[in-house]
Formats: sequence, structure tokens, C-alpha cells
Amino acid sequence: MAIWLLVLIVLAMGFAGFVLGRKRALNAVGGNIRNLHSLPSYYGQTVFIFAIVPAFLLMICWLILEPFYIESRVSGMIDPTEIADGSSTSLVMSDVRRISSGLDTAVDRGVLREGDLDGMRNDLDTLRARLGDVGVAVGSDIKQSVFLAAQEYRSIGATLRGVMSGVVLLLSIAAAAWAFLRLTPEFRARNVTEAAIKVLLILASSVAVMTTIGIVMSLIFETSNFFKMYPLSEFLFSTTWNPQFRGGSDLGILPLLWGTLYVSFVALLVAVPVGLFSAIYLAEYATKRVRTFAKPVIEILAGIPTIVYGLFALITVGPLLRDYFAQPLGLGASSSSVMTAGLVMGIMLIPFVSSLSDDIINAVPQSMRDGSYGLGATQSETVRQVIIPAALPGIIGAILLAASRAIGETMIVVLGAGAAAKLSLNPFEAMTTITVKIVSQLTGDTEFASPETLVAFALGLSLFVVTLGLNVLALWIVRRYREQYE
Amino acid sequence: MTDMSAPSSGKTSLLRLDARTKKRNAAERRFRAYGAICVGIAVVALVVLMASILKNGTSAFFQTHITLDIELLESKLDKTGNRDIAEMSKVSTFGYAPLIKNAMEAKIEELGVDIEGLKKPQDMISKEAAAQLRRFVLANPDVVGGTYEFEFLASGRIDGYFKGRVTMESAERDKNVSPQQLMLADAMKEEGSLNTSFNWKFITWPDASENRPEAAGLGVAIIGSFYMMIVVLVLALPIGVAASIYLEEFAPKNWFTDLIEVNISNLAAVPSIVFGILGLAIFINFAGLPQSAPIVGGLVLTLMTLPTIIIATRASLKAVPPSIREAALGVGASKMQTVFHHVLPLAAPGILTGTIIGLAQALGETAPLLLIGMVAFVREYPSGPPEGFFDPAAALPVQVYNWTQRADPAFVERASGAIIVLLVFLLVMNLVAIILRRRFERRW
Amino acid sequence: MDDLRGIERAIEMQETKIAAKGVDVFYGDTHAIKDVNVEIAEKTVTAFIGPSGCGKSTFLRCLNRMNDTIDVARVSGSIMLDGEDIYDPKVDPVQLRAKVGMVFQKPNPFPKSIYDNIAYGPRIHGLASGKAELDEIVEKSLRRGAIWEEVKDRLDQPGTGLSGGQQQRLCIARAIATEPEVLLMDEPCSALDPIATAQVEELIDELRQNYSVVIVTHSMQQAARVSQKTAFFHLGDLVEFGETATIFTNPVDSRTESYITGRIG
Repeated sequence: MAIWLLVLIVLAMGFAGFVLGRKRALNAVGGNIRNLHSLPSYYGQTVFIFAIVPAFLLMICWLILEPFYIESRVSGMIDPTEIADGSSTSLVMSDVRRISSGLDTAVDRGVLREGDLDGMRNDLDTLRARLGDVGVAVGSDIKQSVFLAAQEYRSIGATLRGVMSGVVLLLSIAAAAWAFLRLTPEFRARNVTEAAIKVLLILASSVAVMTTIGIVMSLIFETSNFFKMYPLSEFLFSTTWNPQFRGGSDLGILPLLWGTLYVSFVALLVAVPVGLFSAIYLAEYATKRVRTFAKPVIEILAGIPTIVYGLFALITVGPLLRDYFAQPLGLGASSSSVMTAGLVMGIMLIPFVSSLSDDIINAVPQSMRDGSYGLGATQSETVRQVIIPAALPGIIGAILLAASRAIGETMIVVLGAGAAAKLSLNPFEAMTTITVKIVSQLTGDTEFASPETLVAFALGLSLFVVTLGLNVLALWIVRRYREQYE
Repeated sequence: MTDMSAPSSGKTSLLRLDARTKKRNAAERRFRAYGAICVGIAVVALVVLMASILKNGTSAFFQTHITLDIELLESKLDKTGNRDIAEMSKVSTFGYAPLIKNAMEAKIEELGVDIEGLKKPQDMISKEAAAQLRRFVLANPDVVGGTYEFEFLASGRIDGYFKGRVTMESAERDKNVSPQQLMLADAMKEEGSLNTSFNWKFITWPDASENRPEAAGLGVAIIGSFYMMIVVLVLALPIGVAASIYLEEFAPKNWFTDLIEVNISNLAAVPSIVFGILGLAIFINFAGLPQSAPIVGGLVLTLMTLPTIIIATRASLKAVPPSIREAALGVGASKMQTVFHHVLPLAAPGILTGTIIGLAQALGETAPLLLIGMVAFVREYPSGPPEGFFDPAAALPVQVYNWTQRADPAFVERASGAIIVLLVFLLVMNLVAIILRRRFERRW
Repeated sequence: MDDLRGIERAIEMQETKIAAKGVDVFYGDTHAIKDVNVEIAEKTVTAFIGPSGCGKSTFLRCLNRMNDTIDVARVSGSIMLDGEDIYDPKVDPVQLRAKVGMVFQKPNPFPKSIYDNIAYGPRIHGLASGKAELDEIVEKSLRRGAIWEEVKDRLDQPGTGLSGGQQQRLCIARAIATEPEVLLMDEPCSALDPIATAQVEELIDELRQNYSVVIVTHSMQQAARVSQKTAFFHLGDLVEFGETATIFTNPVDSRTESYITGRIG
């Protein structure tokens, strides 16, 4: 039974439960709802919740655990001696899964018939061709044991699916009936529904926590796999980055880190003064008309997707810098460079710095300004010597947040910075960053067993740790700053 | 009071600026100018950015077409003559190419031009043309034997010639086009069988391969992005609103709510590519969802959008004055009833605005989608929902990235054009958000 | 009007520092100050009293053009400082404010060290030619601000760490450091406790030796204690202006009398 159908049936039973529960409550008091503890629809909702929630929870758990169970049953069928060099049980198992889902699709679309499958065990080339027809490309020849395992996989899967449908439906009916029979006029239906809703609300709020856990788990798990294959000290201290797809790669993070920091530095060099001065100008000097025009314009910069900036770097800024600066100065002939990416990223960060600084400057109390003007200070003296020092912690926080943005930015550097890992001081040379390498190591056909792929997770973990550290520090500083003036 | 020498000795007149004040005022003016210049830099950067994209991209919406009369020879397309579709579909696009070649030669004869050294004039027409012809014939088998007028895309180079990307000099060195072909193109333009017109195909057609940029379109990418937005809307809005309601209205002050708060503010600042790694590791490798599928992209973008929606929703819940809550509680409503009957409806416009802005952010997000396989070359339209969510698709921003990675310079124009489409979508979404805010904003 | 003329005659005894004639102030559409005429004498404490919202603070802020920083405020009429119109277009408010210092309702030390707080004014106005001279100015100002003894050992600590009363005296010392000729005080004691208030009042009395002080106050007792001249404002009008003793014992206008006896305000 398809999952969709099962979900629909359970939902339908829930609605039926709602109607019946409501009716039962009304009947119990002869239509006089004053004698009910709660409004009639709350009785209906109670039955509805009992009909669907346990059933769905069971279904989710089942779907999560099912693959593990099937795998443990099926993996025994693969002869360990048949696993080729450079491969592993998990790779063979992923083949099994692909073939079995391919067979499902093929049968669904009528390319293959269920009855034919058993006869095909000796004609695996045809099978491979048929699978190709439905869009499942199988890399190497299908081994017979793999095919049999795939068949077994399908049959266990089908059985379990059937069992699950039955159990889920039964549970739904049983729970609904149990709730239904308990409905009396004194039953506190509202409290029950509200408690259930509250649990749902709590679950929704913990999605954020689960996301963080998911990020950390996936990064750490694959990173530890990586360090089983590649030494940590090499990763941290080697100054060369040179992945080879035949092994023997140098995977040192230092050149990538250098590129990342260099690009971010250039970006901040653009964004911090421009953003800060714009914020000061708009907060302290600009007339209302200028403000109502310029503020949204700067905010538009923040709403533009980074791919747009990336393309801008690639087709406009890069060639411009190359033709008018790098080549005349003899500094290189590459249109993608630290400068290109840094400048464009700087533009992207202007609104970020300016809107945060604007908030922070506005948080400096007016009495501070009055005190300075009262002593005969000019506006710029007040800004430089009173407002900025007073707002400094907040501004530093804003700059740290911008720095974390710059370090984690991907599309601009992918399109603007280049792909060559280099330790160089020349800003007109192409360099590469951590994020660029994550993209290049994880796109295309990836094999999750080689250090060249897994290094992306180690890079991701480094990136996550650095940006998280910056964010936590920045948020802490900004919060302390806000408290100071509250 | 007319006595201007009133100030006693040692005192300075207010009416004369002393040197120091002049210096300070000059510093003031400089400082002010720096500020104005910086605002100017930001504004100019936006203008240059937009101008560069528009300049490079608007031409993508116009395409050069060549109109030819094609004689659909029975001898080539249906040798048996019984119009059996199964049999006719055995003729591949290679079988259709000679028809186009013949038509092109006939056209040259009709024009009466004689260009010395003209070779392979059929290469002026997109390689897509044969496929277009084949589709038409297989859909209407009865047309075989007749002569029909077709409008084909011109090849990328011919199109580039009329857009200024290709010149006679560059054609000299180009193996895909020759100056003679360009001369012929000029002649055909004069005659009217070659013209440039608005190109809906750019928006509706799927992507095309490396060597036929003229046929590349955004159809699949727009559908893919649309599907992802549906997933984000369906998941992020309820989860985000539920989480905000809990945190704002019910949560006790304890370590767990603190943990959630810290998590939300940090997730808002986690680099987007890390979410891509999460999607790859959890949704694809662990949960076994298909690569390149809108459902996975949608899930990843949902997790990224949640903090935005939660922050916006909490702000609008906070803006509902406590007196409303007290009034509802005062007439005996439960806390839950208060929130769902009174607070939430009042906060709805703010929530909606925040959601639209979150969706706009998600629509432009590229990096995480690269990791979950949305870069794959997809030419087939995904099917309708719900199966379509699991079919391979592209996404608008990823399509831009894809095109930038291709060698033919015609793809630069395509990429910029795609950006224009993306920006138009974003503009519309933000306008809707602004209108909603204007219309329903309530001041307490 | 006859009564007012009589009062004016009484003030002419001292040299006039500031003379305001026909001053009107508008905040947008609100007519905040209506045709106020007042003369502030040298080396005298002048108190502005009146119920809240009567315009006394607004008028005070006209005297060193602090209203310039508010976009919607408009001032008309003439205010002469030593015979020069301070609203003359040639006058730079920055230079004016160096002469007419101001102390605010809420103590507002800058988030800097105590030393830097005091040195701020002298530095921007270039009053000291070297570190030694600046040190001297800081010490002198803190002494005159009657706070030197309390802070002399911690000049490098932030001014925000002082108690409310100390902060306010620091702000007064800061205002003195620029050597103003007039000191405007906008309810300088309203955020202070009674003991700190007493200290500040004592200080104001000492300041009279060298400066012309204008103080806005909510408290009639305070006006009576510290000032020689008192002006009573009501709804933007200057109702009565004269010797403090006269105003409090023998007010001419019935509104003044009602306010002083506590029937309005």
C-alpha cells in the first residue's frame, strides 16, 4: 500500500472520529451543550488526535527503522569474498538498494513484469539495459548475488510494508475507539486537546535543536571517517592542497584557510568603512528625504541573492579589474582573483554592516549626544569621540557577524575567486577558499569512501566551528551592549 | 544694544569665527562628505550591478529565428508509407537533418545570392531544429509528404551575430561559424526569412546541452524552484509559527527554552553551504531520498528559512499588546484559545510578510542546492505533484551557476537572463510583502 | 505691563549677560514659547520655574541653540549674548556653546574615563597646549565641581561607574572645563537623591562667583534656595520675572501665586 494512501486513510479515519466524537458528546447531553465540560468540537478533536497521532508516530518510527532491519537481513546474502577491491559492504549494499528501487520503478512503469524477474537472474545484461530505460544507471555489471539480494530486499520490503499498513490502521482505530468510549459530558476534552497541541508546539520548537544536532552529527561522523584515512596533522598543517583521484593526495587546509581569510579581509576592508560611514551619515546627517530614498536602496543590496553577486563578479568586476588594474600593473592575468571576490563580497556586506551599525548607533541614548553638543562639540566630533566609542562593542559585534558571513559565503567565491589553492600575497591572483573546495569535492559523482570526498566534511566542520565561534562571540557582545543601555 | 565692542577684553566675538572653529568646521564638512560618498558608493554599486545584469541579460529574451519551408519527404520519414507511428519513430533526428539541409539550399537558390566559399549553410540553424521537426511529424503523421513552413531557432553564433557577440573577424577564427554564413544571414534578414523576436522558449523550454545555447531555457528550473517553494511554505510556515507561539506565549524560562533560543539565533547565521552538507548527509545518504529532487531541496531550504520565519513571527506576536490577551483571559478563555482566537489573527499580517521574505531568501539560495545534486543536467520536466517532488529537477539560481560553467559565451547571456527572471520573482514577492505590510499594518 | 516694567528696572542694577526679546518657539505646529522677554544678569543664579510642559526647558535650550539639533523646532525673536545676536547666521553654534555651557536633567557622562570626560571639552576647543596644561584644567574643573577629592585616585576609571550625584557633579565639572561664561542647568537635581541634591545646590551657589547660571527646576524650594532671580513660566508664557524673594513672597500675577501656593502645577 502506498504511503500516500495510508496517510490519507488515517486522516480520513481521524475526520470520521471527529464527527463521531462530536456527535457522541452532543447526544450524551441531549443537545444541551451547557452540560458539557468543553465545547462539542473539542470532543471531536480529542478523537481526531487519538486517531492520527499514535498512528503517524508509529509510521515514522517504522519507516526510520525498516531499512536497518532489512539491511541486516539482506547483507548476509552478500559473500564477503565477492566484494571487489576498493569497494566495501556498504557500497555493495547501496547498489542493492538502487537495483531494488529500480526494479520497483521498472515494474510500476510496465517495463518489466514481476513474473519475468525470477527468470532474469541468468540474463543480467538485459536487466541492466531495462533498468537503464527507466533511468536507473548501474555502473558495473550486476552480480548474481547482488541481484538476488535486491530481490530479497524487495520481498522483505513488500512484506514489511503490508504489515506496517495493517498495524498502523489497527492502532489508529484502536486509539480512536479508546478515546471515543471515554467521552462523557464530564470528560475534560478541551484540556486534553490543548495539552496535545502544546506538545506539538514544543516539537515544532525543537526542530531548531534537531537541525543543529543533525548538522553536528553529520559533520562529525563523516569527519571522523575522514581522519581514519588521512592524518589530522597533515590536514591541519600541510601547506599544499592537491587532491588526486588515485590516492596520495595532499589535503592541507592552510592554503584554503589563507584564501578564505584573505578574501574576507578584502571584503571587510570594503564593507566596514562604507557600511559604517553610510550608517553614520543616514543616522546623523541625512535629511528625511535622502534617508527614505537611500535606506531602502541599501537594503535592496541585502535582498539580492549571492548568485547574482557571483555572476556580477564573473562577468563584470573580474574582467574590469584584470584589464584596468592587474594587467597594467603586471600583477597577473586572471579575472578571478582575491580582489574580485573580495570587492563584490564587500558590496554584499555593506547593508549588513550598515543596518546593524544603524541599530547600534540609534541605541546610543540622545542624552549622550546632548552632553557633547552642550559642550560645543561639532556633529562629527560627537560621532567620532562619543557615539562611536559608546557604540564600539556593538559595532565590533556587527563586524564579527559580517566576518562570519564573509567566511561562509560560497557563490561569490565559487564564481569570483578561482579554484587554485595558493599561499600568495598578490590580491590579483586567483586563490580558493574552504567553501569553494567543499562545493568542488561534493558535486559531481561522489564516492563516499575516498578521503578526497570526505575531506569536504572536515572542511565543513572547520567552517562550522569558526563561524559558530564568531557568531556566539558577536551575539554575546551585542547582547551585553544592548543591556548596557536598557 | 548697537554697541558691537561689548565683549570685554579677552573675550571673543561670536560673530567672527576663530581659526580653530574654521578648522573644525572644515573637518566637519570632510566627515560629512565621507558619509555622503559612502552612501553614494552603495547606491552606485547597486546601479552598476543592476545595469550589468540588464545589459548582459535582456538579449536572452530575444532570439533569432529562421523560417524555412520544409518538404517532409515520405522517402526519408516513412519508407513503408503506412504512417505507423512505431515505425516512423525509428527514424532518428539524423534522418530529419537532410530535410533541413535541402530546405536551406532551396532558400539560398530562391534568394539568388551567390556567396563564394559558403559551406554547410544548414549549420546556421540550431541542432534543436531536427528534434523539433521530428516531434511535429510524430505528433501529426499525416503531414508527411507535404511542405510546411517552420520557424527554427538560428544557431547560437548566428544569434550572437545579431546581438553583437559575434563579428566577421571573430567568425574568421571560429570553427562553428564562417563569415560567409554571416553574409547569408544578413541576406536572409533583408529578405525576411530571418528575424529576431521575443523568446518565450527561454522561459518555457528545458535546459539544452553545451553546444546548443540557443535552445536552453528555464522551464525545468522554474518548475523545480516552484516545487521547492511549495515544500518550504507547507513545512516552514506551520513549524515556524508553532515554534514561535510556543516560545513567545507558553515557554517557561528554563534551560531548554534557552537552548532553543540560542539555537535559532545561531542557525540564522550558519553558512548556507553547511545546510547543504546536512542535506547530503541526512536526507540523501541517510534517509535515501533521491538526488536532484525538489523535495530534498525544499527540506534543506525549510531548515534555512525557519529562523527567519520564527524571528518575524515572534516580533509580530510581541507587537500584539498584552491588553488583548488579558481581555480574552478575562472573559474566561483558556490560554490556548486566547492565542489562537485573538493573538494569532492579529499577528497574521506580520507573519505573512515574514514568510514571504523568508521564501524570497530561499528562492535565491544556491550553495546548499549544489551539494544535493541540483546541478545535474535535467532535460525532462518533472511530473505533477506529488510524484514530481521526487523527480529530478533544476532550480533557478543553480541553473544560473550551471550556465556560468559552460564554455560557449552565449551562456553568459543566458545566465544573466535567468538572473533577471529570478530578480523579477523576488521583486514581485517583496512587493507583495510591502503591500501586505502597508495594508494591514496596525499601530497600537 | 506696568508691573513688568518695574521688575525690569530692578534687574538693571546688574550687568546684563543675556537679553531675550520677543522670543517665540514652534515645535512643528505647537507654539511652545510665546513672546518671552527676559534679561539674565552676570554672576547671578536665575531660576526658571513652572509646571511641566510650560516651556521653561525649551526656552533654556534656546539660549545655547540646543534646539538646532531638533529638526522641527523654529525660533524667532532675538537673543543677545553680550550684545551679539546668537541667532545671527554668522554665529557658529559650536562657538556659542563653548561660551554657554549646559548641564542636563539626567547625568550623562560619556562612556570614557573620568579624566577623558573632563578633558573632552578642552580638547575639542583646543584650550590646552600640552598634557601638563590639560592635567591642570582637569584638576581645576574637578575641584570647582566639588568632586576632586572623591575621584582624584581613579581618574582613569569610567565616569559611568560613579554614583548619580557624583555623575552629575562630574557633568557640571565637564561643563566648567570649557570655561563657559554662562552655565545652563536643565533640572540638574531631578534624578538625584536629597543628599546629592544638597551637594549640587551648594556647588551652584559657589559657581555664582564666576558664572552666570540659569537653572530650570521643578522644585520651588530649590529655586528659593539657590537663585537670586526667578522667572515663572506657564503654558509657554513668561508670567512673571523678578527677584526671587519678591516672587515667592509677593507675587504680582495670580497664576504665580496659585502655583507657589500649590493650587496648580
